[in-house]
Amino acid sequence: MMRRTLNAVSRVLPPRLRHFSGGEVTEDVSECAASPQITERASLYVHWPYCLRRCSYCNFNKYISKENNSHVMTKCLQREIETLLRLSQVSCITSVFFGGGTPSLAHPSIFAAILETVSRQVNLSDEAEVTLEVNPTPAGKSRLEDYCRAGVNRFSIGVQVSNEDLKSLGRDHDSHEALQTIEEARRLCPGRVSVDVMFGRPKQTVESWEIELSELLRVCDDHVSLYQLTLERGTQLFKQVECGAVTMPSEDVTADMYQRARKTLHQHGFQQYEVSNFARHNSVSHHNISYWKGNQYIGVGPGAHGRFVPLGEGGVVREARTQTLEPDVWIREVRQRGHGTRRRLQLGHLELLEEVLVMGMRMTEGINHKHWEMFSPQTGLDEVFGESIVVQELLQSGQLILDDRGLRCSWEGLALLDSILPALLVELERQISPKASRGPL
Amino acid sequence: MSKFPVDRIRNFCIIAHIDHGKSTLADRLLEMTGAIAKTEKNKQVLDKLQVERERGITVKAQTASLFYNYEGQRYLLNLIDTPGHVDFSYEVSRSISACQGVLLIVDANQGIQAQTVANFYLAFEAQLTIIPVINKIDLKNADPERVESQIEKVFDIPREECIRISAKLGTNVDKVLQAVVNRIPPPIASTEDPFKALVFDSNFDHYRGVVANIAVFGGRVKKGDKIVSAHLGKAYEVNELGLLRPDEHPTQKLFAGQVGYIIAGMKDVKEAQIGDTLYLQEQPVEALPGFKPAKAMVFAGMYPMDQSEYTGLRSAIERLTLNDSSVAVQRDSSLALGAGWRLGFLGLLHMEVFNQRLEQEYNASVIVTAPTVPYKAVLSSAKLIKNRRAVQKNMVYIDDQRVMMKYLFPLNEIVVDFYDLLKSHSSGYASFDYENAGYQAADLIKMDILLNGRPVEELTTVVHRERAYSTGKAMCERLKDSIPRQMFEIAIQAAIGSKVIARETIKAYRKNVLAKCYGGDITRKMKLLKKQAEGKKKMRRIGNVEVPKDAFISVLKRKEK
Repeated sequence: MMRRTLNAVSRVLPPRLRHFSGGEVTEDVSECAASPQITERASLYVHWPYCLRRCSYCNFNKYISKENNSHVMTKCLQREIETLLRLSQVSCITSVFFGGGTPSLAHPSIFAAILETVSRQVNLSDEAEVTLEVNPTPAGKSRLEDYCRAGVNRFSIGVQVSNEDLKSLGRDHDSHEALQTIEEARRLCPGRVSVDVMFGRPKQTVESWEIELSELLRVCDDHVSLYQLTLERGTQLFKQVECGAVTMPSEDVTADMYQRARKTLHQHGFQQYEVSNFARHNSVSHHNISYWKGNQYIGVGPGAHGRFVPLGEGGVVREARTQTLEPDVWIREVRQRGHGTRRRLQLGHLELLEEVLVMGMRMTEGINHKHWEMFSPQTGLDEVFGESIVVQELLQSGQLILDDRGLRCSWEGLALLDSILPALLVELERQISPKASRGPL
Repeated sequence: MSKFPVDRIRNFCIIAHIDHGKSTLADRLLEMTGAIAKTEKNKQVLDKLQVERERGITVKAQTASLFYNYEGQRYLLNLIDTPGHVDFSYEVSRSISACQGVLLIVDANQGIQAQTVANFYLAFEAQLTIIPVINKIDLKNADPERVESQIEKVFDIPREECIRISAKLGTNVDKVLQAVVNRIPPPIASTEDPFKALVFDSNFDHYRGVVANIAVFGGRVKKGDKIVSAHLGKAYEVNELGLLRPDEHPTQKLFAGQVGYIIAGMKDVKEAQIGDTLYLQEQPVEALPGFKPAKAMVFAGMYPMDQSEYTGLRSAIERLTLNDSSVAVQRDSSLALGAGWRLGFLGLLHMEVFNQRLEQEYNASVIVTAPTVPYKAVLSSAKLIKNRRAVQKNMVYIDDQRVMMKYLFPLNEIVVDFYDLLKSHSSGYASFDYENAGYQAADLIKMDILLNGRPVEELTTVVHRERAYSTGKAMCERLKDSIPRQMFEIAIQAAIGSKVIARETIKAYRKNVLAKCYGGDITRKMKLLKKQAEGKKKMRRIGNVEVPKDAFISVLKRKEK
């Protein structure tokens, strides 16, 4: 009993005052995630699952809606938001992201309603970033202004390509329409428009990619996301490649494309801040940075994912949560019990740190010492990684940097991050594992 | 049980070529004598091992005692089921030594086959009564008359002695039982003689210790008796004994002529050797003639997955080889895989069954390698090369149907597949034996495997010069397939001295990072990364190249058929 109270007290007091709370306070390391700095806030992700069609490369959770389910979906989203906000006990939502599916199929009033539901319950600052993913069709373009009025203040436009093979990928717009959408978005939210482009597409060459990039740079705003097209099992594109109807560019070619794009964007004043994300004038995506920094996030809607401590039911450990995938089933569950959470997994101390590591290393600034300390107050980065031979080798070969700022990849290392991470994970487990078994409540 | 005078006991086995219907006939006999109830499920009741059921073959001989009423008398018939595969003639020979007669089954369509012949000779040499049984007469293509002629011609057994049956339908099976009573002599054994029994099989039971299957050649034994094993000279007290019906039926005593099981406080499998003789402590007897130890024909290296499992694997091999003394066991070690064994088997099937039993019954996971043979290095090499490196020594015609050929072979050439290929090329009729001809000089060289210039000790091999290129290339290819890509190029080379004779390259990663990774589903990516992290822990570093254990295994292991 006493211990419980003490721990509760220690949670409320800022760290430096813990020593004075009297008696022995054994800090349970797995409860770092439950420190108020972290649990007071979260970002919110809202999933709108419907699309008109399925692009050949897509394996996201999306559904072609036969009837107009908008009204029900909206009501359920609102309901789930209420429930999960209460459960997480956050006092403030730092950013909102509407993803999908094709959220820009939804009527602007839907977003207004959702944002209102949030503000009713918690603090949603006027300055908070509210992003909407936009499909650059004429329909989408005409609604942009209304979205702004509804509260959206950042657009993420999925251009994907800027020439003719849009149709072959199953997209339903053409490059001209895309350009127009970008223009309109820039007019409405200057400096807050992101353009998403895909490389490594079938039939693409390094030269054609260079041309695309330069065209893009003429019209884009201050943020670019560059994705390499990845073949996902179960997609139409995968089958096309498998049966030989379509060929993907070779590994060497895509590696070249990536490196050239990085250089070109840099030359145009963009700073790469993450593996696939580039910004100038500091117009980064705050919402996404929140993910990479290991902050809490609440995922709402079918198939959405969340990471937060369910303080509302006495939880003390961060959970990895997934909402039910199928919209109809999700709707039913939300109606029955207020939310459609299909899976919840507690994250142990090591698991949490693993996520912090894997996500944080994607950023060019990597993980700084203070950030790491929030999650691992007892074992700093130097202690975890400093001694290992493998890490030494990576440091020497110039792929990794560990200095007074923190741990991060070099320019070269970032492209090979997934080859580096397993070695880091081995070290992390070696250093942290024995300590993590100190008793929880 | 003493009511069973020896003259009303019959000990017999069923022998045949594979799939001619031994086990089905055994089923029928058990049903007819009430040992098991008559149901559909009795298909091959005696094949207890999963491995046997899966492959439709009998591996381990099982025993059952049956009571049979005939012409007002009650008889005790002891049936020993036997394996039918060419590899297991040794098991058959052991079972035979405990019997006085055999039922020789021949398929009414297929007629006499390789194993029919082989088994016949075994029984004939042991001077047992042979009752020919023609099975599967119910099938469309059955031609029992033709088969009877064959039997008469090849085995010199009058056709009138053949019994035509269908084991599946039960037709004439009663006649078989009658023939067993009438034609097979009772065992020559007297209950008045001092106790003497042969151990022809055994199992290890976790709770009760060693359970030995014995054939009592003389005297009697009861619970509480002090018995001695001739081989070790150790004494034991009988805890339990009884008949097999086919399950264990404990009794107070066992008498001469009977077959059953005995548990006598033996804790170690080595205390009940197959072929051993048991007698009463106060009445020592001369040991029964031992069996000829079987000759190993196919060899393989066996290593535990991880050295920490060594002792577990060792005891599993010990226990299995007790119940299968035809396996030749020798300790061996490999740089890559640690301490292990070189095992010799009667054939490839024997080896595969052994492996399966290791994994299933003893939960051991094993790496099986193509074995190496010992070489002696000499300072100068003389050539000895002939066609396939074998030298013919002589050739003798035994009769108008058989020829015997003698060759001098390098052991290397025969350890892996030779026996098996010989059998398959000759449809099982050819037989093969070898003896050590000592060491001979040969043109051998040492071949190194290098990764980015560094030699991998564990993979250094001694090969004949002729084989160097093909072996080297094969090893490089296997390595290329099993070493994961790294952040730099990997050059795999096979070299003799400083000369590179084969090469493969693994390209470096130029880009290896997940494009999109948001708060969406990172679980999948985390799982993949953690799996790679686990794999990394088990890797061996050769210079800066990380090599998983699987790579060594894939290079060293036996090629799949």
